[in-house]
Amino acid sequence: MATDGRMFWRLILKLTISIDKMIAHAIFFYTFSIIAVVSAIMVTASKNTVHSVFFLILDFISISCLFIMIGAEFLGMIMLIVYVGAVAVLFLFVVMMLNVAQQKNQWFAGQATSKHIPVGLIISTLIFFEIIIVIGGWKYKPEIFDINNSLASTSVSNTHSLGQVLYTDYIHVFQISGMILLVAMIGAIVLTFRQRSGVKKQSYIKQISRERAEGVEVLEVQSNKGVKIDD
Amino acid sequence: MTEIGLGHYLTLGAVIFSIGIIGIFLNRKNIIVILMSIELILLAVNINLVAFSIYLGDLAGQVFTLFILTVAAAEAAIGLAIIVVYFRNSGTIRVEEIDKLKG
Repeated sequence: MATDGRMFWRLILKLTISIDKMIAHAIFFYTFSIIAVVSAIMVTASKNTVHSVFFLILDFISISCLFIMIGAEFLGMIMLIVYVGAVAVLFLFVVMMLNVAQQKNQWFAGQATSKHIPVGLIISTLIFFEIIIVIGGWKYKPEIFDINNSLASTSVSNTHSLGQVLYTDYIHVFQISGMILLVAMIGAIVLTFRQRSGVKKQSYIKQISRERAEGVEVLEVQSNKGVKIDD
Repeated sequence: MTEIGLGHYLTLGAVIFSIGIIGIFLNRKNIIVILMSIELILLAVNINLVAFSIYLGDLAGQVFTLFILTVAAAEAAIGLAIIVVYFRNSGTIRVEEIDKLKG
């Protein structure tokens, strides 16, 4: 079994060395784009909303692999972070929170036989192999991935050149996008904020406006008599 | 066929864009899938912008992709918040049952 695996990898290595650059680019492009298109179809077609979110994640990762391959590494990584790490997980949270997945059982309630596990396993394996392919290829055979463009021929990296442009020419747009994010954050908080009745709360005005005269009273205590407090 | 050019990426963007549009119109389940279709559409636009940016050698496309990413994240957050509030108020987010506006 182990030798089989080793021979398989050696075959893959031989293949990647023997085929030339253009064909390798084509193979990678078709692999990732076919996965992306099929998972996009599955997003809209699958019966289960949780599966839709899974396929959305697969789609984002495929497209970000394509971005990394074509030479836009920074955007590929940002897509991974923002879309997969934030947006898709947000979708998953909302789907699970609203329980609209229309299942017979609540799958997150500790069911022994969950229908989501096979789909999730398949998708995560696909994602794993995609990332292995892209990162490994990018590290060990970088000449496969760079295409003849004028941006890649310069000595600075993609992230560096993007940063040089972003903080000088596009600084106002950049700050406006920051404002958009702030407005979105406040809007989401305000929308989902709910004031429950019957919850004990501090009333700050009342606390602050308390004076010493009405709060504290000094009494002369006589011995063996005690103090009578009228309340 | 083996020469991958700008047209291939534009075709991929067009296909994903169309799938997103189809997903909006054919969807009969819930609004969250519609939001995901909108994300797909924005993704297709991003593919187009990045492909043009790389093949024409202009960084502006990638910068605008970054801003589209920002707007998409904000849109997802607000849309999901609206969905949560709507679900809390009406108890359903199925597309057929949302007919308060009698549209």
